[in-house]
Amino acid sequence: MPATATLPSLSFELIHHRLNNGLQVVLAPDRRAPVVGIGVVYDVGFRSEPQGRTGFAHLFEHLMFQGSANLEKLEHFRYVQASGGIFNGSTHLDYTNYYEALPAHALERGLFLEADRMRSPRITAENLQNQIDVVKEEIRVNVLNRPYGGFPWLMLPEVLYTTFPNAHNGYGGFEDLTNATVDDAAGFFDTYYAPSNAVLCVAGDLDAEPTLDMIEHHFGGLRKRRKPARPTFGEPAPTGELRREYHDPMAPTPALAIGYRVPDPNADLHVYLASVLLAEILSEGDASRLQRSLVQSQRLVNDAAAYLGTFGDPLEERDPTRLNISARYSDRAQTEQVIAAVDAELDRLATDGTEPGELDRVKVRLASIVFHELDQVVNRSLEFSKFQTVFGDASVILQLPALLAQVSDADIRAAAARLRPDSRAIVELVPGGAR
Amino acid sequence: MSPASSAAQAARRRSAGTAAPKLAVPALTAARRPRKVSTVEQTLDNGLRVIVVRRPSVPMFELRLAVPFFSTRSTHHARSMLLASTMLSGTDRHDRHGLATAAGQLGAEIGLSVDPDRLLLSTSALATGLRPMLDLVAEIVTGASYPAREVAGERDRLVDRTQVSRSSAGVLAGDAFARRLLPGHPYGQALPDEQQIAATTATQLRALHRSLVRPEGAVLVLVGDLSPARAVAAVQAALAGWTGAAEVSPAKPVPLVGHLPLLVVDRPGSVQTSLRFGGPALPRTDANYPALQLANLAFGGYFSSRWVENIRENKGYSYSPRSLIDHARLASTFELTADVATEVTAPAVLETLYELGRIATRPIDASELESVQQYAIGTLALATSTQAGLATQLSALAGAGLGTEWLAEHPARLLRVTTEEVAAAAHRFLAPQRLVGVAVGDAGQITDPLSSVIDLA
Repeated sequence: MPATATLPSLSFELIHHRLNNGLQVVLAPDRRAPVVGIGVVYDVGFRSEPQGRTGFAHLFEHLMFQGSANLEKLEHFRYVQASGGIFNGSTHLDYTNYYEALPAHALERGLFLEADRMRSPRITAENLQNQIDVVKEEIRVNVLNRPYGGFPWLMLPEVLYTTFPNAHNGYGGFEDLTNATVDDAAGFFDTYYAPSNAVLCVAGDLDAEPTLDMIEHHFGGLRKRRKPARPTFGEPAPTGELRREYHDPMAPTPALAIGYRVPDPNADLHVYLASVLLAEILSEGDASRLQRSLVQSQRLVNDAAAYLGTFGDPLEERDPTRLNISARYSDRAQTEQVIAAVDAELDRLATDGTEPGELDRVKVRLASIVFHELDQVVNRSLEFSKFQTVFGDASVILQLPALLAQVSDADIRAAAARLRPDSRAIVELVPGGAR
Repeated sequence: MSPASSAAQAARRRSAGTAAPKLAVPALTAARRPRKVSTVEQTLDNGLRVIVVRRPSVPMFELRLAVPFFSTRSTHHARSMLLASTMLSGTDRHDRHGLATAAGQLGAEIGLSVDPDRLLLSTSALATGLRPMLDLVAEIVTGASYPAREVAGERDRLVDRTQVSRSSAGVLAGDAFARRLLPGHPYGQALPDEQQIAATTATQLRALHRSLVRPEGAVLVLVGDLSPARAVAAVQAALAGWTGAAEVSPAKPVPLVGHLPLLVVDRPGSVQTSLRFGGPALPRTDANYPALQLANLAFGGYFSSRWVENIRENKGYSYSPRSLIDHARLASTFELTADVATEVTAPAVLETLYELGRIATRPIDASELESVQQYAIGTLALATSTQAGLATQLSALAGAGLGTEWLAEHPARLLRVTTEEVAAAAHRFLAPQRLVGVAVGDAGQITDPLSSVIDLA
C-alpha cells in the first residue's frame, strides 16, 4: 500500500497573537463539541533548576496550584471542578505545562484562573512545606516503593551527560527538596514565569475575537518582564561506552537501558525525524525489530522499548536529547548478550536499511498517533503551545505527516549508524527483589 | 537569585492579609448542550450487536469488540489472560508479524484485554481502513491459531509479568483487597496463578476460543469519521462468517462481605503503605445510583473532595488518594486507594475513618452538592467528546445493558439528587463500619500504630 500517498492531513485554523507583555497566544477554534482546552506552557523545565535545588522546577509546579493573587488555597481546583472541568500540570526537561479542560461556558473563568497565577502564585511557608511532603510521597510511590521506579529516566542522564543541567535527577533529592525556601520560589517565579516566557493556547468551542478580548483583559495587565536568556546546555557526546550499575531492591529481574545522543531537533528537524521513525521501527508493536528479534525469535528479553527523550514524547526536548533503548530479561548473566543483540539489530538497519513497506507502515502509524492525540481538545491546547515553545511554531505538529513522508530509507540507515557502541551510556539494573 | 526579591516581599504581604482589592472570579456563561449522540444500531443474523456513531473530528475511527467471557472454572483467569496475550500471534492467513504489519498499514495497533466479564479487542485506525480492519478482526475471531511456539513464548512472558506485578505494592494491595471483599468469586482475584499459566497448553487455548469467542451476545462499537449505514453493511459483510453462541457459565452470585477487621499484608522494607478500603455499591441502573455517585465524589472521588483536601492538601500524607465506584456486570463496588508514608500510616487511616464517618453521618453542604453535580456532568461531556472516549463509554454501557439514552439522561438524573439522598447513600455504603480494608506495608513498623486506631485481622 503506498502509504505516504494516502496519509490524510489535519486542518485546524490557528490564530496567533502576542500581548504587549510578551505573552504568546494561539487560538484553535473548533465548534464541534461544547468544550474548551486551556494550555499554558512556560519555557522552563528541570534542566534550568539551580544546583542544590534538584527537583525544584517540579516542586514549583505544585506550588502553582496553592492559590494565587485573588484565590485562597484550594480555590483554584475547586473553581475548575465545580465548573465541570479537569486540570493538571506537568514538569518536563525543557518546559512546564498547566491545563484545564472545561465546558465552553467556563472559558472566561478558566482564563482568569490561569492569569491569576501568572500574576502571582500564593507561596507561603505553610503551602511550601505541605507540597514538599506531597512531592516526597509522589517520589515514594513512583520511585522508592516501586520496582523499576524511575528507571531509566532518573538513572541514565547522570551517566550519559557530564554537566549538572543535563545530568541531574529531575525529581530531586529529598535533601534539596527539604532545603527549598519561599524566596527560592519567588525568585524562580520572577525569572521564569514572566508572560514573555509563556505560551497560552485555547482550543475548542470559542469565537476568536471575543476570546482574544478576554485574554487581553485578564492577561494584558500582567507585569512585563524580560524573557530569560536560555543557555545552550550543549555538551560533547560521550567518547566511549560509559557504564554504571543501579541496584533496585524491589525489582525481581534485571534490566538495562542504553542512552545515545541524537541530532539537535531544532537544528534540522528532518534529520531528527529519522531518529523518531527509527525508534518506531525498533520497538512499536509486534512487527518491530526488537520485538521480533529479541522477544519473539530469540526469547532473550521479556520486554524491550526504544523511544526518544525523557518520557517518550519525541518532540518535546531541545538539544541535547537522547534515544533510549531498554530491555528487561531474566538473568544478569545475559546482559552482554542482550547488548550484543541490540547492536546486531542496529547494524542490520544501518547496513541493509528497512524492509519493503516497513518505513511506510511506521509513518502511517506515527501520523495516526498524532491524529488520535489531537482528537482531544485539551491535548490540542497542550500540543500547540508546546510546539510553539519548543519549535517556535504551533503548526509544526500539523505538518508532521508531510515531514515524515520526506524521510527516506537512507535517512533511517544514517540514523541507525549514529547509534555507536563507542558513544553511549549503559545503566544495568541489578535486581534485589525475590523472584 | 537575590534573597529578597520583590515577588517574595509581595508574597509575604499577601500572606499577612494586606493584599490589594480582590478581582472577582468570572461567572459561568450560558451552558451549551452537547450535540446529541445519534447511533445506528443493528443486531446481525449471527447475534452480533453493532453500534455505530458518526463523529468525523479526525480522519480516524475507533473500534471496540466486547465478547462475554465470564466463567466460574478455576483455571479460567490464567487461561483467559494467556489467550489475550496470544490471540494476535497467528491466524489461518497470517503469522504474528503479518498480522501486526497488516494493522500497522492501516495506522493501527490492535490491543486485547480481558477481565472476568469480557474479552475486549480495541483499536483505532485511519478512516480509509475500515473494511480492511473489519476483515482483519474477522480473521482473528474466526481463525486465531495459537501457534505452539508463540504460546510457549507468551506463557513464559506472562509468568514473568505476573511475578513483576507481585513485586508492586499497589498490585499486591489490589489483589489482597479483591480476595477479602469477594472471596471465592471470579471477581475476587486481581492476579492469575503462575502455575496455572505455566500449565496451559495451546490446545486448551484453542478450545477456550472455540467455546467463548462467539458473536451471540458480543457488541461491536464503531465511532469515527464514517458513514453509519455503510459501516453496518461493511460489518455485515466482513463478519457474517463468524457464527455460534458461547457456552456460557451461569452467573455466580457475588458474596456480600460485611465489615471485617483491617488485614495487614507484610511487605518488608516498604517505605509506604498501600491502603485499600471498600465495600459493595449500587449498579448504574439503580434509582439511588446518582446519589451514591455524588456521595463518592464528595468523599474522595475528585481533587476537591473532603478526603483529598484533608490527607493531601492539608496533611501531606499522600500524593494521589482517590475513591471510585467500579462496575462489573454482576456487582458494583466502592473502593478507596491511598499510598502513604510508612510513618504516617496510622494517622492517615484515622483521618480516612474520620472522613468516611463524617460523610456517613452528616449531610453534605448545598455548595458541595452543586460542585459534584457540575463535575459529574462536565466530565461526562469531556469523556464523550473524543472518538476514543465515546467508543469506550458506549462499549462499557452496552455491557451493562445501557445505551446512549443513559448518557443523554444522566445529567438530569444528577441534577435531581438532593443533599438528603446523598446522605442516605453515604450512610448505606460509605460508613467505615460497612467496609473491609487491607494495608500492604512493612508490618513490623505499621502494625502496632495501626492497632491503636482500628481493629486488625
